Amino acid sequence: MLETNETLTEASAQQAPPGKKVDREFTVKERTQWQLAGRRFLKHRAAFISLIVFILLVLFAFVGQKLWHYKYEGDLLPTSEINAGPSSKHPFGTTDLYDEMALIMRGTQQSLKVAFIIAIVGTGLGALWGVVSGFFSGFIDSALMRFADLALTIPALALAAALARQGGGKLWLIGLILAAVSAPYVARVVRGVVLSLREREFIEAARALGASNTRIMLRHLLPNTIPVLIVNATLLIAAGILLETALSYVGFGIQSPDTSLGILIVKAQGSVQTKPWLFYFPGLFIILIALTVNFIGDGLRDALDPRQTRERK
Amino acid sequence: MLVFVIRRVLISIPVLIASTIVTFVIVKLSGDPLTPLKQRQSTASVEVKQRFIDQETHRLWLDRSWPEQYWHWISNVLFHNNWGEQVIGHDNIRTDVFHALWVTSRLVVASVFIALALAVVTGVISAVKQYSLTDYTTTLLGFVFLSMPTFWFAILLKEFVGIKFNDVTGTRTFSTIDEPDSWLSVHDLIAHVMLPTIVLGLVGYAAWSRFTRASMLEVLNSDYVRLARSKGLKPSTVLVKHALRTALIPLTTVTALDIAGLLGGAIVTETVFQWHGMGYLFVTSLRAIDFNVMLGWLLITATIVILFNLIADILYGILDPRIRHA
Repeated sequence: MLETNETLTEASAQQAPPGKKVDREFTVKERTQWQLAGRRFLKHRAAFISLIVFILLVLFAFVGQKLWHYKYEGDLLPTSEINAGPSSKHPFGTTDLYDEMALIMRGTQQSLKVAFIIAIVGTGLGALWGVVSGFFSGFIDSALMRFADLALTIPALALAAALARQGGGKLWLIGLILAAVSAPYVARVVRGVVLSLREREFIEAARALGASNTRIMLRHLLPNTIPVLIVNATLLIAAGILLETALSYVGFGIQSPDTSLGILIVKAQGSVQTKPWLFYFPGLFIILIALTVNFIGDGLRDALDPRQTRERK
Repeated sequence: MLVFVIRRVLISIPVLIASTIVTFVIVKLSGDPLTPLKQRQSTASVEVKQRFIDQETHRLWLDRSWPEQYWHWISNVLFHNNWGEQVIGHDNIRTDVFHALWVTSRLVVASVFIALALAVVTGVISAVKQYSLTDYTTTLLGFVFLSMPTFWFAILLKEFVGIKFNDVTGTRTFSTIDEPDSWLSVHDLIAHVMLPTIVLGLVGYAAWSRFTRASMLEVLNSDYVRLARSKGLKPSTVLVKHALRTALIPLTTVTALDIAGLLGGAIVTETVFQWHGMGYLFVTSLRAIDFNVMLGWLLITATIVILFNLIADILYGILDPRIRHA
């Protein structure tokens, strides 16, 4: 994969001394693995549109909150404006206290923060776990993998709820718990990749050159698992966001003075018929976040999987 | 094969034991069961209250060390079939937990069958007609269901289907499940189970239809299917007898492994529909830190998951002749 690609470019660099133009029969512009993947990703229309929508969502949550003149906490709305449906002044309507759009911005922000924590901590932890497990076969491998099996015997939602109960709804804690819950999934996948990579020539070469175990793991094995990691990260993010909202729904997630998309739905579930805007908009945003992340993941899988040679129509 | 099965069963036992330890630690970390008692305002004197707290602490074995408590719990479960007492009240929780398990299994079994049937049909159709309009539509639908919070969809269903067709879906009728041998109770059972089953089934459906499609595509592009076609076999024979049979092998494994996820999904679904099964039991027991219930719940869930992992491995060995375990 990456490694073989590097050796190829090295080889071609040897043929062509700097400054001298190579005379080739077929002149095709050289492209790196990542450029090829990028092109494939752009061709996956749903993934590309999803990426744009996702960036818009990030802007909406983080920048929008600064610009929007209603707040999700603090000063309440005047009584003439509360419990009203969508209008030009309040695009998503109002609750009995606040502007719904401000609340949704806050909720989206919370969901995205959780997503980023899962993406960084969860996949990072899982990647290390998997690489160490796959690299050292034998006892360490068995121990680490049995521990992953163990973690997977408990339903993720139950595990997360039990651990989050004492946390008092701190966002970073919930993020970390969800990251820890999702790490074993990553570890399993990464281990599988590492097991096959370990036997390849470039690892043998690195070892022959005297590279230490740590160096082989961090510089040679880990970078080669990146395509798999990225795809899995997106799947985990989508699952994690849904898990966070489910956690809020059963009452062990982010706690009430603060808000999240899950809490907004819980509060609106009694008034689906009378104040539908309070129920539909938060749900729509959860779907939007999870759907775009899922599609981006699908696009990345198509783009990064080297076996996938067929172009999409 | 028999050797493999025996070895696989033996490997599961330490995993189950370790799982009970992890479970125990998690339950201990989740909070102090006597917090509500300690915080309660009462007219009784401090001394009396303290004595009551001490008494309860002693009854629940909370004054012992963790290893002692763990051993007390696990040995009672294993040797005396005694699953412990409630924190509030002195009833043994075994009947509660197993009743809840029975209630939930009705839900899970029905939804697994519906989800599998739907997933295989749509998965195969979208694989055979790859990149057609049907394929795109079912793929999009699958993605939407995969990205939809279960409870949001459940509430929607409850509000618009449940309330509108009250008599059919049985959201209003009283539960007559416990009166056996009557046609009414069967009808009532189906009516009550309908909406939660649809919700829970969709969770599985979304993932499994995607999986069937991928697995089917891989098989359809393989050489032996091309050979079967080139010998002039009927397309339907090739599809069902040659391709589908192979494509379904990995699905059995995935289905068995997803049982843990379904039990987790049941937590949310049962909370929405106030369905008094395992999920509901877990949420209420976690709110009150009714730790014996939580321990029992987690033990049963872990056992089920490990059991299904085992079944998945064994089934895989039976179904796929290429895999022969020594």
